[in-house]
Amino acid sequence: MLDPKNPARRWHDMGGDTAGPIPDMDAPGEDHDFSLWEKRVDALMIIGSAKGYFTVDGLRRVLEDMGEDAFEKMTYYERWIASINQNLIEGGAYTTADLAEKMAEVSARGKTYGDASAGS
Amino acid sequence: MPHDHHDHDHLSPSGHPYRADDDTDLSYWQTMEIAVRELLVEKGITTPAEVADQIETMDARTPSNGAKVVARAWSDPEYHAALMKDASAATREMGFDIGPLKLIAVENTDDTHNMIVCTLCSCYPRNLLGLPPDWYKSRAYRSRTVREPRSVLAEFGVTLPENTTVRVHDSTADMRYIVIPKRPQGTENMSEDELAALVTRDSMIGTGVAKTP
Repeated sequence: MLDPKNPARRWHDMGGDTAGPIPDMDAPGEDHDFSLWEKRVDALMIIGSAKGYFTVDGLRRVLEDMGEDAFEKMTYYERWIASINQNLIEGGAYTTADLAEKMAEVSARGKTYGDASAGS
Repeated sequence: MPHDHHDHDHLSPSGHPYRADDDTDLSYWQTMEIAVRELLVEKGITTPAEVADQIETMDARTPSNGAKVVARAWSDPEYHAALMKDASAATREMGFDIGPLKLIAVENTDDTHNMIVCTLCSCYPRNLLGLPPDWYKSRAYRSRTVREPRSVLAEFGVTLPENTTVRVHDSTADMRYIVIPKRPQGTENMSEDELAALVTRDSMIGTGVAKTP
């Protein structure tokens, strides 16, 4: 959403906007634990940056460039893995061809996350 | 019984209730996570043990870390002074290392109530509170907290006197805040452990207050 008074202001700079009620802070399970795959994404962010492949600014740049549509439609850790992957490719950790091949191999292993991540 | 589902009241290692079983169909982004992790292992960049250790480290970070810091600051004037001067160093000394980030402690008093937010993303004092709750990362909290903090507080059930100053602190990638809630009355003779039990996660974000004994 372009701010007509300040066109340089990007979508993620949402402080001060109007918005609806704070979601789910009283919902049962609000304080839920994260799924294993989400915790792994978090770990990959820490490890990828600790090894010098990207910085938190690199993570943020890709998240912000993904745009508002991604913010609305993807979950938090979905956006994060997309950004981590982009940063790792840019940092030379592996190539897009490596990724395509590996993703095909992973999805051929089974229908659920448990099946597909078995042995890893 | 391995398939007994009466365990939903139990807490996970990170102090949260367990989520429902996660056995939905494999998604595109889950596939990507597995692929990225395995590629990093194959390229010699990380190891499965390093990933597991990192998850364990993060799971061990819970709001009880922050509660220990607050209880000590309430009980020990010297520690209180050190925390207010340099919160990164004072929390590192207790084993809660924030790394290269700058941490600032902001203290609630009779006159002032502090709240933290990250309007740009989801920056949070992870060393003291663990991973942020979903609402902290929501559009509503990020947008409204700097505009109408009192109505946000009201949604959390916190109503402050009209003459209380409300200060909202916007976190950044490099600078995080922790709220030191006001010490409740009637706690003068309590031990640090007893005090820590009164300090809730939300009281350290500023969307709550400490429990009264």
